[in-house]
Amino acid sequence: MRDLHHFHGGMRLPGHKNESLVRDLQQASLPAQLLLPLKQHIGEYNKPLVDIGDRVRKGQVIAANPALICAPVHAPTSGTISAIAKFPVAHPSGQADTCIVIDVDGEDEAATAVLPDLQQLDAQQMVELISRAGIVGLGGAAFPTSAKLARGNMNGIDTLIINGVECEPYITCDDILMRTSAAEVLRGTGYLQRILQPRSTLIGIEDNKPEAIRAMTAALAQAGLAQTEIVAIPTIYPSGGEKQLIQILTGKEVPHGQLAFDIGLFCQNVGTCVAITRALEQDQPLISRVVTVSGDNIRQPGNWEVALGTPIRHLLELAGGYLHGTTAHLVMGGPMMGFSLASDQVPIVKASNNILVMREQTIPHSPGFHDECIRCSKCTEVCPASLLPQQLYWHARARAYDRTQEFHLFDCIECGCCSAVCPSGIPLVQYYRAAKSEIRAAQQAQVKSDRARLRFEFRERRLQLKKQQEEERRRLKRAALQQKTAKAGEDTASVADPVQAALERVKARKQALQEESS
Amino acid sequence: MLLAIITISLMAGLFGLILGYAAIRFKVEGNPIVDQIDALLPQTQCGQCTYPGCRPYAEAIANGEAPINQCPPGGQATIVALADLLDTEVLELNAEHGEHVEVPLIAVIDEQICIGCTLCIQACPVDAILGSAKHMHTVIADECTGCKLCLPPCPVDCIDMIPIEQTIDDWKWTLPKPVEPGSSWSSADA
Repeated sequence: MRDLHHFHGGMRLPGHKNESLVRDLQQASLPAQLLLPLKQHIGEYNKPLVDIGDRVRKGQVIAANPALICAPVHAPTSGTISAIAKFPVAHPSGQADTCIVIDVDGEDEAATAVLPDLQQLDAQQMVELISRAGIVGLGGAAFPTSAKLARGNMNGIDTLIINGVECEPYITCDDILMRTSAAEVLRGTGYLQRILQPRSTLIGIEDNKPEAIRAMTAALAQAGLAQTEIVAIPTIYPSGGEKQLIQILTGKEVPHGQLAFDIGLFCQNVGTCVAITRALEQDQPLISRVVTVSGDNIRQPGNWEVALGTPIRHLLELAGGYLHGTTAHLVMGGPMMGFSLASDQVPIVKASNNILVMREQTIPHSPGFHDECIRCSKCTEVCPASLLPQQLYWHARARAYDRTQEFHLFDCIECGCCSAVCPSGIPLVQYYRAAKSEIRAAQQAQVKSDRARLRFEFRERRLQLKKQQEEERRRLKRAALQQKTAKAGEDTASVADPVQAALERVKARKQALQEESS
Repeated sequence: MLLAIITISLMAGLFGLILGYAAIRFKVEGNPIVDQIDALLPQTQCGQCTYPGCRPYAEAIANGEAPINQCPPGGQATIVALADLLDTEVLELNAEHGEHVEVPLIAVIDEQICIGCTLCIQACPVDAILGSAKHMHTVIADECTGCKLCLPPCPVDCIDMIPIEQTIDDWKWTLPKPVEPGSSWSSADA
C-alpha cells in the first residue's frame, strides 16, 4: 500500500454519482445535423478544409492548422457540408463561433483507415499520429495532447500519472469508461509509456468508484505493464485537479509558474488514453466521446457515447427530456467548475464531459448582487491551491490587478470551493476569472503597442535615411555641376576671345581662296 | 598635518579617477525616463497630443513641456499610470485633444472607391497600409492602431473607421457587484 499525501483544503461534496450509473453506457443515435466548431481546444484556430456542398466521410479531416498547439477536427460521420457559419457554441459568453455543419446522410461511410505497424513506431511517429487524430485532454481542459507529449518527452518524465479521479459531483463518464473499456485505457497507458519512458506509472482512482477500480485491477493483471500501480485515493474535491492529484500520489508540489513536466511528472486523463488507443490501433480520430447527462431535472440520467457536434437538445431527448416543466438550467461540466449554457442548441465538443440539467440555477450566469465579506476565512481553509482567496477578492474588486498577481492569482484553478463555502454567497471565482481576463487583455494590448512602437521607430528611421540619401544625391549633383562649370571656364580662359578667333579663321580662309584664284 | 593633506588629496584624486571612469563606462544613452513614459503610452502614434508620435510626447512630458492628460487613446488608465510613474497629480483627460473611446477601431479601405493615390500610405505612422500608385490599397488589420491619420489625406473619402469585431477569445468575464451600500436589509434577505 502506497503512502498517500494530502493537499491543502478541499471539500467533501455529495456525490450524486449513482443517478447516471444505473444504466450502462449507451450509444447515442446520430442527429440530422452535426455542428462542429473550428476550435474545440486550447490554442490556434483551425481553418476549414472543406467547402459548402462537399461530401465528407467519417473520419475525414475537415479543419486543421499546422500550428504546434492545435488539434484538427474530423467528420464524425458521412454527410454533406451545408454551412460554414457562426452558431452558438458551448462557451460562458453564450456567443457564437464559426462551425462546420454536416447534414448527416445516415450511411456512416468511413474514410479508408491506414493501419500503422504499431511495433515499428518510434515515439515521434506516435506523437505525430496522435496529433493527426486531433486528440486533446478529455478531462476538461482540451489542451492538444501531442503538444503536451512533445514537451513532456523533451523534459524527461519520471512518473506518469493516469487520472481516473473525476471528483466533481454528478459526472460519471470516466467511471463508466473505466468499467467498460479498462483494457483500452491500459493499452493507451502502454503507448504513453512507450512515448515518455517513465520509471513508474500511477493510476489514481477515487475510492467512490469500487467497480472501476475492480475492472481496472483485473485488466492490469492481464495487460502486463511494467512498474504500473492502481492507487485508490480518498474522495475529496478537487483531487482530480492535476496539481492536487500529483500532490496526493507523489507528495510533490508543482512550483509557482511551472508545469507538471518541469518536475518530471506527466498527467493524462483515462478518456484520453482510450482515444490514443483507438487512434493508434484503428486509425480512428477523435470523433466521439462519452458524455454524462445528469441532474435533478432529467428523466433518465445516464452516459452516452456521443458523436462530436451533436446538439445538446438531441442528447436531452435521448435521456427522456425534462422531468419538470419545459425549461431547465443547463450547465456544461459539473456544478463546481461548469458554466451555464444559453441554449440547448449548442453542440457537444471535445471538452464536454457532462451536461447538468437542473431545476434551479446553481451557477451564476450573469453577475448578480451579493453580500459583503465578513472575513470568516472559510475560503482560505478550503483553497486547494493554498491561496488567500479573501485577499484576491479585495484586490480583484478594487481592480488592483497587479496586486492580485502578487497573491498568485494565476495559481487559482477555479475549482469553486471558496465560492461554495462563502456564507455571504460571494461568487469569488467569478471575481478571479474577471481579473484574469483583464490581465490577459492588458498583456495582449501591451504586445500590440510594443509592435506599433517598433514599426513607428522603423518608419522614422527609414524616412530619415531617405532624407539623408536625398540630400547626399543633391550634394553630389551640385558638386558635379560646379566641376563642369569650372572646367568650361578653364577652356574659355585659354582662348582670349572666341568671336575674334572665329572672325580670324574666316578671314584666313577668304585670304586662302583669294590666293588660289589669283 | 602634511600627511593628512597628502592622504586626503590622494584619496580625492583616486575617487575623482573612479568617478570619471564610471561616467564614461556607465554612461546612460538618452533619457531613461523617456523610455519609461513611452512604455506607458498606447503607441497609437495618432498625434492627438499635438506631438508627432508617442515618443516625442514622452520626451515633452519628461522635459516638463507637456501635461500628462493629452492622450485620448490611452484615456484615464494611461493618465493614472503616468501620474504613478512621475509621482504627480492625476488629471482629467483634456477634452481639447479628443475623447477616449472604449472600443478599439481599425481603418478599412473601400476597395471599390480607392483610386490608388498612395496619400494614406504616406500618412500611416506604422506602415500598416499596403499598395502602390494606381493600384488598390488595403489596411493590414493586425498592424492598424486606429489613429485616423489616413482619413484626412484621402481625396475620395474611401476609408472608414470600424470597431474591431469581438471574438470569443477576446470576451472578458465581468466583475460581480456587491450589494449597493445604503440599501436597506429586508426580511426577504434573511
